[in-house]
Amino acid sequence: MDVFIAIVQILDSTIRLSVPLLLACLAGLYSERAGIFDIGLEGKMLVGAFAGAAAASVFHSALLGLGMAILISVAFAMIHGFASITHRGNQIVSGVAINFIAAGSTIILGQAWFQQGGRTPALQPGERFDAIVWPGAEAVRDVPILGPIYSQLISGHSILVYLAFLMVPFTWWVLFRTRFGLRLRAVGENPAAVDTAGISVAWLRYRALICTGILTGIAGAYLSMVQNGGFVKDMTAGKGYIALAALIFAKWKPVNAMFACLLFGFLDALSIRLQGSPLPIIGKVPVQFMQALPYILTVILLAGFIGKAIPPRAGGVPYVKER
Amino acid sequence: MAQAAIELIGINKSFGAVRANRDINLEIARGTIHGIVGENGAGKSTLMSILYGFYQADSGEIRVGGKPASIKTPNDAIALGIGMVHQHFMLVDNFSVLENVILGAESDALLKRSIAKARSELERLEREYGLEVDPDAIVEELAVGLQQRVEILKALYRGAEILILDEPTGVLTPAEADHLFRILKQLKEQGKTVVLITHKLREIMAITDTVSVMRQGTMVATRETKKTTVEELAELMVGRRVLLRVEKGEAAAGDVKLAVKNLTVRDSRGVTMVDDISFDLRAGEIVGIAGVAGNGQSELLEAISGIRRAVSGSVMLDGKPIDLTGAADPGELRDRGLAHVPEDRHHVGLVLAFEENENSILGYHDDPRYLKGPFLNIDAIRDDARDKIAKYDIRPADCRLKTANFSGGNQQKIVLAREMEQDPGVLIVGQPTRGVDVGAIEFIHKRLIAMRDQGKAVLVVSVELDEIRSLSDRILVMFAGRIVGERGPETTEGELGLLMAGVEHRGAAL
Repeated sequence: MDVFIAIVQILDSTIRLSVPLLLACLAGLYSERAGIFDIGLEGKMLVGAFAGAAAASVFHSALLGLGMAILISVAFAMIHGFASITHRGNQIVSGVAINFIAAGSTIILGQAWFQQGGRTPALQPGERFDAIVWPGAEAVRDVPILGPIYSQLISGHSILVYLAFLMVPFTWWVLFRTRFGLRLRAVGENPAAVDTAGISVAWLRYRALICTGILTGIAGAYLSMVQNGGFVKDMTAGKGYIALAALIFAKWKPVNAMFACLLFGFLDALSIRLQGSPLPIIGKVPVQFMQALPYILTVILLAGFIGKAIPPRAGGVPYVKER
Repeated sequence: MAQAAIELIGINKSFGAVRANRDINLEIARGTIHGIVGENGAGKSTLMSILYGFYQADSGEIRVGGKPASIKTPNDAIALGIGMVHQHFMLVDNFSVLENVILGAESDALLKRSIAKARSELERLEREYGLEVDPDAIVEELAVGLQQRVEILKALYRGAEILILDEPTGVLTPAEADHLFRILKQLKEQGKTVVLITHKLREIMAITDTVSVMRQGTMVATRETKKTTVEELAELMVGRRVLLRVEKGEAAAGDVKLAVKNLTVRDSRGVTMVDDISFDLRAGEIVGIAGVAGNGQSELLEAISGIRRAVSGSVMLDGKPIDLTGAADPGELRDRGLAHVPEDRHHVGLVLAFEENENSILGYHDDPRYLKGPFLNIDAIRDDARDKIAKYDIRPADCRLKTANFSGGNQQKIVLAREMEQDPGVLIVGQPTRGVDVGAIEFIHKRLIAMRDQGKAVLVVSVELDEIRSLSDRILVMFAGRIVGERGPETTEGELGLLMAGVEHRGAAL
């Protein structure tokens, strides 16, 4: 039974750890499907995390914090759009610039406003998103097998966790069942076809980036207002890049993206769980190795196991009308 | 004359200093097929882009159905019932036919109703015009001819009454082109107006009712197709008399320069593309290899020029063997006097991002003439390029211009000039005039015959039967990797056509 409890605990943290990846991954999906590479997911998450925690702590409202996180993150997405859609700049350069601006500005503003070494004040109850306990979760806690699954895995997460997983079918529906989704996919494959059909390529791509900004904003808010009780500098710690890796691994498909992010989350959870405890046969493994494991596996998975991943054909190429 | 579907009055359009359209007047009658011909860069595509709302005319008036129309975007054009089939298809390759058809013409925010509506509409169009295509097929899995049909369906689905086709047959096989023409005639019978832009005069004669000729941005003439001839149109296009068939004397074939024996070549998938081929190429003759594209001609050329490995067989150049194991260096073959004008000039023959003068020495850049010590002698290279530009009438005459900015015909001349001016003993040319204007075709044919008359051995591979018949002293027909016959230049097109289709196997390989 101890093994079972341990498994449930690992799966529980898998869910918690996958959420920011999943939100960022879906965010990347909107922009890359529209033909805009977005290496700046990391930076947008970071500004979202900072803006969310800062606003929540100043206004004492979790919802205002979330709103601010989304607003600032969308604003950064628009900067990316202005550089790479309107001015046809290099999308990688623009994305990297956003990451640098985010890393620097969050620390400077954090220090200027709160004088806590770049942190925001610890969030009080009501300023963060608390866990939602589902009805009957306490009552069934002791029921074997189903009890822990219901009370730990399904119940007891923040609203943002449920939102993140609901975004998966929603994104699928948007992409494959709506006019916006059809045009979004088309503009990432052949913008000239969209242009000749009488649809504005630029406006379509801006709208895709707004979707990206909203989702990275939520991802950032999750980091600083759910996973952590406040903003800490560089708290995204490469999650934006892992999300991009997951996006390629998922071949730009929403449901695959969920499984890819769960896998990366699981590796992360496993490495945390196994830190310090000796493995059978191998014995004690250095902590650093366990921490590096998810990243090593990321490289291996991306290099060998996904087969041919065909990205949206117009990805990374600014649209210029012929002649 | 029936009521005009489109009237263009005094259209002007400039791009910077280039006047692409000057004072164009054109009237296209409803329910006809109207051809617009002209050389590359004559302004045909610009004019049609103005009509479709891609560009705005600097001045002038457009009337559609007798009413003045303001066409600022493709949407305006679509609303006026103008549809366009672009030369490079505007399709999303990994979408289904249905998705491509509804893109931009969806009935509401959700796709379900749009798809259902498009499905029944496509069935109707299929019945009325014989435009058969599986609505659920993925576009990239369709043959080129079918993809083009999807483009036509897209326009018709949007209610097009006037259909503009820009160089529609450039990518089609002859059979697909015939099918397209049947569809266009069907559209005409149903009262649609078709505008066909092309530089292939044969198509104009075969299908149009009226034809307008453009030259250097102006509309030089409009004729009833019945009352004109290919010769007249060619003259109007180029501005001077054009020989559609170049005069040449008897060949004086000399020694064997290139001897191919039992050559077998496989492609990258391991399929045998050249199957046990033998032939000789002599000094002072042009040998043409005819065949439908994809019957091994490309692989044969690549093997002889040292680009592709051969499985077995031998090729002797001036009595000495060429290494066919793949170790052959095309540069070494060049030194031995074998020059090669590749079929695909964009991928193999030129670096489009280079300046013209750089391309004009590509592959010969180790020649001491172009070097100063270990460095390139830029002055010598540019002087040399200017000479070639003058001699081959390459336009624009600017050796510093990026090669991508030259028209297809002039790019071809750059490659030809480079290879011919090295004075090779053997010249191998793939598709000498693909995508080249009438005027330039005449020029290129004359140069090739001049090479022959200087005693060079010339091997020409072309899918254009006219070209093969007009140039060759001997014609070899390839089918399924084998030479299925040798004929003289006087052989009829019908007979060669049958050989190319693999129907007649008499007169086996040499």
